[in-house]
Amino acid sequence: MSRFLVSVHIVPRKGILDPQGTAVATALHSLGFDGVRDARIGRHVVLDINATTASDARQAVRQMCERLLANPVTEDFEISSVEAEGK
Amino acid sequence: MKFGIVTFPGSNCDYDTFHAVRDGIGAEAVYLWHKSHDLEGVDVVILPGGFSYGDYLRAGAIARFSPIMQEVVAHARRGGPVIAICNGFQIACEAGLLPGVLLRNAGLAFVSEQVLLRVENADTMFTHCYRPGQILRIPIAHGEGRYTAETEVLDRLETEGRVVFRYVNARGEREPAANPNGSLRDIAGIVSEEGNVLGVMPHPERAVERLTGSEDGLGIFQSMLARVSA
Repeated sequence: MSRFLVSVHIVPRKGILDPQGTAVATALHSLGFDGVRDARIGRHVVLDINATTASDARQAVRQMCERLLANPVTEDFEISSVEAEGK
Repeated sequence: MKFGIVTFPGSNCDYDTFHAVRDGIGAEAVYLWHKSHDLEGVDVVILPGGFSYGDYLRAGAIARFSPIMQEVVAHARRGGPVIAICNGFQIACEAGLLPGVLLRNAGLAFVSEQVLLRVENADTMFTHCYRPGQILRIPIAHGEGRYTAETEVLDRLETEGRVVFRYVNARGEREPAANPNGSLRDIAGIVSEEGNVLGVMPHPERAVERLTGSEDGLGIFQSMLARVSA
């Protein structure tokens, strides 16, 4: 068994109204960041897990996302990194 | 005729719900602890409002893994009635008892106010004491009440008569200003496919006596009492 740090981004799916994102985009416009077309606000989860290989770690986190971490009706998730942690 | 009210860590409407059942309709009520696996022979389960598990991750997402929820889901699968109010509605959606999800209010703010609901279907076990189209005055108190589901799911809910309550204005009409949270199609309450699980975002248990402004919530509990005792 090795130890892995796995990071996941979970964001509201496109097409789902994200009022927090809209409020932030409006605030950025008022600061002069006119190039901002859209903002969506989600969660970033970092998991410290034991697994045999990086691929197993990724697979396990995928299942965690499907079953708990993300809501399949409204959210998309992306495993952004899988890093081996010190032995 | 016995109602069981589940207490999760962070539930805060369980006492009000108990009061509505015991004093509002004079039925027996018991509290069911979240760690228990025993429904204590209740006929109706109520998932009350509150902030179970601090709304961590997503409202209702953690509560659905409570030991008692296994029994609640089994009760519902057997056709047993479940009334899921506010946070209870969020939990019921997370547990797969009802379709869809309740997201952060479109206006971002927590909204605590009296709203008007129209009874869209008075032919359910939860609403048969109301008249079709009756307008109810019932309070809401939530930050995450924006009902959202895929378009096909919404269409199905409508064609199957499963949208039970909608937010309306004083004339009983739908309009954006009467929708307090941005719920799709102004949905305030729905029932499950089999009709035995009600999810409702407003708080009928807070509208059971004139002293607190409205008795319009009583009908849900009376409908249940009449149906289940029959």
